[in-house]
Amino acid sequence: MRVILHLLKKEFRQIFRNRIMIPIIFVMPIMQMLVLVYAATFEMKNIDFGVMDADKSITTNEFVQKLSASPFFNLKATSNNLDEANENLLNDKVDLILVFPENFEKNLVRDNKAEMQILINAINGTVAGISQAYLGEIIAEYNKQIIAEFYKTNVGVGQNIRIQAQFWYNPELNYKVYMVPGILVVLVTVIGMFLSGLNLVREKEMGTIEQINVTPIRKYQFIVGKLLPFLFIGLFDLAFGLVIAKIIFDIPMVGSMLTLFIMAFVFLLVVLGAGLLVSTFTETQQQLMFVGYFVMIIFILMSGIFTPVESMPIWAQKFNLINPMYYFIAALRMILLKGSTLADLQYYFYSLLVFAIVMIWLAVWKYKKVN
Amino acid sequence: MNNRSIEIVELNKRYGTIQAIKNINLTIQTGELFGLVGPDGAGKTTLIRILTTLLLADSGKASVNKLDVVKNYKQLREQIGYMPGRFSLYMDLSVEENLAFFATIFGTSIQENYDLIKPIYSQIEAFKTRKAGALSGGMKQKLALSCALIHRPKVLFLDEPTTGVDAVSRVEFWEMLKELKNTGITILVSTPYMDEAELCDRVALMQNGEILSIESPDELKNNFPHDLWYIKAENQYKLLQILRTWEKTYSAHGFGQSIHFVSQDSQMKEDEIRQFLESKTCKIQRIMRIGASIEDCFMELMNQPKKA
Repeated sequence: MRVILHLLKKEFRQIFRNRIMIPIIFVMPIMQMLVLVYAATFEMKNIDFGVMDADKSITTNEFVQKLSASPFFNLKATSNNLDEANENLLNDKVDLILVFPENFEKNLVRDNKAEMQILINAINGTVAGISQAYLGEIIAEYNKQIIAEFYKTNVGVGQNIRIQAQFWYNPELNYKVYMVPGILVVLVTVIGMFLSGLNLVREKEMGTIEQINVTPIRKYQFIVGKLLPFLFIGLFDLAFGLVIAKIIFDIPMVGSMLTLFIMAFVFLLVVLGAGLLVSTFTETQQQLMFVGYFVMIIFILMSGIFTPVESMPIWAQKFNLINPMYYFIAALRMILLKGSTLADLQYYFYSLLVFAIVMIWLAVWKYKKVN
Repeated sequence: MNNRSIEIVELNKRYGTIQAIKNINLTIQTGELFGLVGPDGAGKTTLIRILTTLLLADSGKASVNKLDVVKNYKQLREQIGYMPGRFSLYMDLSVEENLAFFATIFGTSIQENYDLIKPIYSQIEAFKTRKAGALSGGMKQKLALSCALIHRPKVLFLDEPTTGVDAVSRVEFWEMLKELKNTGITILVSTPYMDEAELCDRVALMQNGEILSIESPDELKNNFPHDLWYIKAENQYKLLQILRTWEKTYSAHGFGQSIHFVSQDSQMKEDEIRQFLESKTCKIQRIMRIGASIEDCFMELMNQPKKA
């Protein structure tokens, strides 16, 4: 115990003496919160659209006006032929084009049906999908309006099933509420895995491990002394990040903070173990960065921080069974937004606990003082 | 004998296809200042790392202070001091912080063992708040030695402590080792410098993982089996070329500004050498008989065919 205290004293001394460390601990959470949360948003605003109206009727005109009135769509260009319209799409002047064929209104009145075309730039698939969904809603709405007007009754509407969607836990579909917990997970992972791993491998790179290895320091003392500081820093940064989230984004924090920090503690054990493990088979800080970065990018992208896991292919969803970040991000969102308790989160808690035990066991087993 | 400090029996270590050390047998007495001398790659560091419990041998036995380096490594680590070839203290901690850290790790304090390190530490104490990374090479070395001694080890291992250190610091360093030896501590030091071998009580000459001889420097030099000639000429290179093509030459090596020459004919006289060289138009400045240095002995041992 006494030896561990001396090790901790030395580690903290070195950490705070490291010029890059203080900015990492304090600036990184602020930057991630302010920049990433605003930038990594799927919210739709300002979709520019073009119109190729071959019909030029009251109906088409009315429809275009209805669309322009929505906060999401701006009319940018009207064209007289399809080539011109396509040109606009190609040049990125517009994100989508509405094409009304000739006799659109006539067909609508005479046959009770008419066809139109929507051309969407799908280079960004997400934007394309969401644009289409929004557009679909507006068209459906307009459809109803036409039916009502033509029959001068509400007959059609009354017979339809009306959907009244209510979005629970995030009623305004505020994207930030979804993003902030994700960013916090990235933050905790970076600190737990990279800082601890770099610190460990630095001893190897600088050769200082040689001098430590001939002392009677026990393996567990050394490892505890190395990992504990980053456990503290990780938890501290999580708290710091949560404060920023509350002050700036007013993120709902429905659940208990104790539950949140218990989950974070177990998750940090997993990533600290991962950092230790990577440090056992790398010799330099550069190698560790490459290996760590590779592992982290995969885990982040698959974990559901930025994209919903439910829409991933089955194999990817299966993969997430071994992705600790998946469990932590899910738990974090449930605690913050839904107020889930530790009992609700049993599955996530025990999964993370198993990861922590396996990871640390593996790392300690691979870590050798003698070769 | 009960005052054996280090005992090594039939020790072998292989890295892949390279046999780093082969069948090493060595006994070092308590209180001895023992030198492992040999060029880079001779196996000195491997041997020291096995003795300091950092490396496991493939076969053979080694014990330090009667503690087996494998079975009793925990106890052993309390009793040995090790100064690796590469500076391995914390560059971002100050002189005093480094020393205090290693003291506390061993459950002691600077004050407790100050008397032992005083002759060394007092030389750098004026810089005790300076970061170790900002010290000069000689000061780093003194700090490393202080840290290796702070827990009053019974055996001290120094791996090439003077490599890359200036000549004055090297002399100082050996003075410190002599002083330490007087406190009764056993010291095993490796060095590629032959002149340093002369300062040891006994030396083991190592080459390609094998020990060629274990003797005191005087014994080693006295046992040199040939007459050794010192020859100096105006054109050193030409002299060496001529000697190397002479059928009577046993060996000829350049030593600084001169050539050390051994003839195959043990009855060789100075005149004969002089006549031969002059017949080859080589202007000789000096020829004389000299006693062998450690380096001559090393060259001789290296050239000898392996003993069966």
